[in-house]
Amino acid sequence: MSAAEWRNAMNAGSGRLAMGKVLVLPPQEKTESWTRKNPIRARHVLVLGFLLAFPMYATPFLTYQIGAQSLALGLIALSLTFLGGYGGMVSLAQMTVAGVAGYMLAVFGASGEAALSLGWSWWIAVPIAIVIATLVGTAIGWLSVRTEGIYTIMITLAVGVAFYYLCLQNYSVLNGFQGFQRVYAPTVLGINLREPVPFYFLVLACALGGYFLAKYILRAPFGIAMQGIRDNPRRMNALGFHVMAHRVAAYAVAGLIAAVGGVLFTWYNGLVTPGSVGTSWLINILVIAVLGGMRHPIGPFIGAIVFVLLQTFAIDLIDRERFNLVIGGVFLAIVLFSPDGLLGLWAALKSRFPSGSKFLTPRGGIR
Amino acid sequence: MSRLQKWFWGLALVPPLSVFAVWGIWDNAKLFFITLLNGLTLASLYFIVASGFTLVFGLMRNVNLAHGSLYLLGGYVGYIVAEKTGLFVLALAAGFLVAALVGLLMQVAIFRFMQGEDLRQTMVTIGLSIVIADLLLWGIGAQVHQMSAPGWLAGPLRDIPLITAYSKYRMALLPLGIIIGVLLWLFLNRTRVGMMIRAGVDDRGMLAATGVNVNLVFAATFAIGAGLAGFGGVIGAVELSMVPGEDVRLLLASLIVVIVGGMGSVVGAALGAVILGVAETYGLAYAPTYSVVFTFVILVMVLAFRPRGILGQAA
Repeated sequence: MSAAEWRNAMNAGSGRLAMGKVLVLPPQEKTESWTRKNPIRARHVLVLGFLLAFPMYATPFLTYQIGAQSLALGLIALSLTFLGGYGGMVSLAQMTVAGVAGYMLAVFGASGEAALSLGWSWWIAVPIAIVIATLVGTAIGWLSVRTEGIYTIMITLAVGVAFYYLCLQNYSVLNGFQGFQRVYAPTVLGINLREPVPFYFLVLACALGGYFLAKYILRAPFGIAMQGIRDNPRRMNALGFHVMAHRVAAYAVAGLIAAVGGVLFTWYNGLVTPGSVGTSWLINILVIAVLGGMRHPIGPFIGAIVFVLLQTFAIDLIDRERFNLVIGGVFLAIVLFSPDGLLGLWAALKSRFPSGSKFLTPRGGIR
Repeated sequence: MSRLQKWFWGLALVPPLSVFAVWGIWDNAKLFFITLLNGLTLASLYFIVASGFTLVFGLMRNVNLAHGSLYLLGGYVGYIVAEKTGLFVLALAAGFLVAALVGLLMQVAIFRFMQGEDLRQTMVTIGLSIVIADLLLWGIGAQVHQMSAPGWLAGPLRDIPLITAYSKYRMALLPLGIIIGVLLWLFLNRTRVGMMIRAGVDDRGMLAATGVNVNLVFAATFAIGAGLAGFGGVIGAVELSMVPGEDVRLLLASLIVVIVGGMGSVVGAALGAVILGVAETYGLAYAPTYSVVFTFVILVMVLAFRPRGILGQAA
């Protein structure tokens, strides 16, 4: 973000400044309209067209396994990008939030475990699951904003693994090792959402919703303040911003995104077990976010596509059991050689062949 | 901590805990004391593993999330050596050395080049932990390995008042943990290298300015920290068991121990290890399905009131 943009943004958010009376603000230039700052380019139309047309020519397997899965995983990883790339808080507990949503969906809604599930219809169970998971995400945030940087990673990892062990040990509510099987997407208005194509469009709608929500919030005064806090919390504090409150609010937004992603991912799998909130999945979400790059909300979706493609096809090339080795190696290579992920590689390529357009605005990400 | 706070914590913690203790002893004294011993011996293992973690963190601000993998690696190496030679002491040494070597390699080959980039270093350790865990799974397999205690520590220790008998090996862990703690304390407080490490914890730049080769100190610390994980692995191979997934468990334990005790402090690690070990075993003995909740409540309480841990100081 350039200095001028930054000043603009700060002025736009000056209503929040406690010392607004003292500061005499210079006359502001008119804020540019959103479309002028963000022109719709050919690549946007191309990507959207591709996403909409994808199920028409892809097989149901591709639509479901690749399309829907990467979009759902991307949505969960988006919540981490939102927190990590723009709030400077790398939380490993986003999959835990998603898992809470999945578990609540199974507990309140219908599942194979009739004795434990309440069996309420989807239009009650889904909102309850999302609300509870968002609250859990906010609570995790409230707990971890007391710390910074690497401390946040440690605490969110501890919270996430503790939840995993809770799921594993608790049989009275969470059904222990078994978890909940047969948690399926409902039939709405005669459309069976379990079918690949309707499910794909459901996930696509949610993913687009999450993407544009993130983009919108990041341009709103709140989002700008959040990025300011990422870059220099003390200065923002001195300017009268409540640093803690902004951070907790960021966790709440991320919690909502992760909760929606969690519901979708649970429907995709048709089950939720302790394994779905285990360490490997906590870390997989981080891998996806870092792989794509944490500098733009599109990053997690790119990362998710690469991750799912690797998971599905690359293991055919080598031993099927060695997927973790491949994904760990790819992750290591990205972290070691391109900390900004695939988007960083793209930006590096672009700067070699400059074309005048600025692709990546925010600074930061993983440093 | 002010005097008022001390009183508050004393009143909030001591009466419920003593009520629980009295009830526990009255209800089933044997179970109570065996659980206490189990907790303390588990704490001893946690301390050995977590002290390495906290040492590395304190000096280098490097959260080594591959610490659990080094623990598992040490355990497997110890197992193989003990199987080949039959000497437990040799297994301990091998576990320590191999893990220390891997740690040294990590520091020299990778972390040296990203000094000061905390978050990126942590990411790298996550990547390493995935790779090491999968390599171990590849090489050793997923079955459970259990190492038997050496002959002179096998079997129970009989004729103890109240609890009648207790495993000799587990009993021996108690003094072992204390010895390692004392040695570590002596090393950090009474030797030249220890002095350099402590100086580095306080101010890295100043230490370098006085002409000390900081990279060498870093490498030594990382090797010792990793070695302690491997050493703990060999001990844990007998006390617990070795199976993929144990690495995560010990990593979680180390994390909680240092978060509760205070990061970068060896005494804090001892305190955190005792709290965690005792809470975990009492939880398992008295409320099995919710035992992890106790751990979690402790974590939350400490974070809410002492965000830097009980003995932690401002970074």
